[in-house]
Amino acid sequence: MRVLVTVKEDEVVDDEFEIDGLDIGEQYVSYELNEWDDYAVEEAVQLSEADEDDEVEVVTATIGPERSEETIRQALAKGADRAVRVWDDDLAEVDVLDPTMKAQLLAGVVEEVEPDLVLTGVQGGDDAFGATGVALAETVDYQWAAVVNDLDLDADAGVASVHRELEGGVEELTDVDLPAVLSIQTGINEPRYASLRGIRQAQSKPLDVHTPDELGVDVAELEGKLTLTSIAEPESESDTTLFEGDAGEQAERLSDLLEDEGVVEG
Amino acid sequence: MSDVLTVAEHRQGELRPVSHELVTAGRELADASGGDLHVAVISGDVDAYAEAVNRAGVDAIHTVDHGEEFNHDIYSQAVEQLYAELDPQYLVMPHTVNGLDYAPAVATSLDLPLATDVIDFSHNGSLSVTRETYGGKVEAAIEIEGDNAAVTLRPTEWEQATEAGDAAVEAFDAAIDEDAVGSTVTGFEEVAGGDVDISEADFIVSIGRGIEEEENLDMVWDLADALGATLASSRPIVDNGWLPQNRQVGQSGKVVTPDVYIAIGISGAVQHLAGMSGADTIVAINEDPDAPIFDVADYGIVGDLFEVVPELTELFE
Repeated sequence: MRVLVTVKEDEVVDDEFEIDGLDIGEQYVSYELNEWDDYAVEEAVQLSEADEDDEVEVVTATIGPERSEETIRQALAKGADRAVRVWDDDLAEVDVLDPTMKAQLLAGVVEEVEPDLVLTGVQGGDDAFGATGVALAETVDYQWAAVVNDLDLDADAGVASVHRELEGGVEELTDVDLPAVLSIQTGINEPRYASLRGIRQAQSKPLDVHTPDELGVDVAELEGKLTLTSIAEPESESDTTLFEGDAGEQAERLSDLLEDEGVVEG
Repeated sequence: MSDVLTVAEHRQGELRPVSHELVTAGRELADASGGDLHVAVISGDVDAYAEAVNRAGVDAIHTVDHGEEFNHDIYSQAVEQLYAELDPQYLVMPHTVNGLDYAPAVATSLDLPLATDVIDFSHNGSLSVTRETYGGKVEAAIEIEGDNAAVTLRPTEWEQATEAGDAAVEAFDAAIDEDAVGSTVTGFEEVAGGDVDISEADFIVSIGRGIEEEENLDMVWDLADALGATLASSRPIVDNGWLPQNRQVGQSGKVVTPDVYIAIGISGAVQHLAGMSGADTIVAINEDPDAPIFDVADYGIVGDLFEVVPELTELFE
């Protein structure tokens, strides 16, 4: 049994930042393992650990420049067995790397790795498309389920029994045939912190770098149809009355408000 | 063609409100592109759903009477066949959990550009959409190249169409291939039971990621006790297992409508706002003055919760 976990580096922007044209200044940006992907990695590693015959291989893959190796090493440090990074400098020129393009790039990885199960995060914290997993499933002709917050795998029967987290505190119980792509929701497990030993081991685990071309994907044919035309900070609609002063004074003002509202007794 | 095809959503026998929002948005887009608005109603009691979604602005409703509850394989096949039949310019779907389960597959299969979680659009020859990125810190305007496109729209961004309509309802005979259905819905589960029903509470103190560590939660329990308020939280607190699921406010948790809601260390992601913006009075305590929670807060304290919360508790002990 082989599980592929796709991860991405999440571009995190400081609270205070400045926009320059279509970019956010590099000095305001840091990179982290995408939160949703962290849960997907944990789910895969738990599947591997739960297998008594130790026959589950966890492969992790990312699309990104060399910088993103830091992110994918985190997945290795948490227990993935090996990693694949896909990149071509031409991809840096792409305006919006949309879910369709990501799906085509990752399809090359799926064909190379031939996993029984693919786990993705529900969405990226930065671009928040929420569509790559299902687009990938359609591209490689796998079954799928989106927004999974519980997974019970019966590898022998070839079925993943999942809960899909619907709106309003309702979960849908679904059986999905393998091979399948599942997009993993936060809260499905408790992602571990990488141990020092794990971090050391990650340095010597295989990390293969492929160009899309090597995976049979022609970058020139990946037509991006989404063009970024502007970015801006949302206009604040705030007409909040702010309580000024030090913490004690602010608390006093709030206390007076709560009395006026009648939710506490004065 | 310049028509718009949108897809209604239902669950457990009810048409979901987002369907009426899609009518409003779909009408706007159809007016801009100069075409008709078609609505697809797939699975379940399609005639009842067709009647419910038949609001002013809809030109035609197409029902696909196959299956009961949502199944992405049936939805994908039905939408793809309707698309082939009607040849619309735009496909408009909801950015809901079920929308996310079929829209990307349909767009991929039909080779349509896909823009998801759209909060606004404009049409001037080509379609431009607005989306939020970086956790809502940035709004990105994106132009979609080509004549055709698929979009998913964020719920509650458009008003619900309310006026009765008189669109013709036609049954569409989709050829559903059951062999291609690779997943089976076996049931539904309500998850938010437990010791307290926050949706009934009049006074809520709600805590978010700003609390940083589980040990710090004692501080807000103390505050809630001192105030006689009910303790609730945003998603990360429940994801971390620090509070049970029945305490979660938001899209995937509970919708609350208290007299007073105090949001502490909650930045105000759109999913959270969906669960609490109906409170009568909203107070936010947050160190980031630009946090989106201040867009809905009536009163605010920009400051360190670790200083403000103990001061407030002390006033009521």
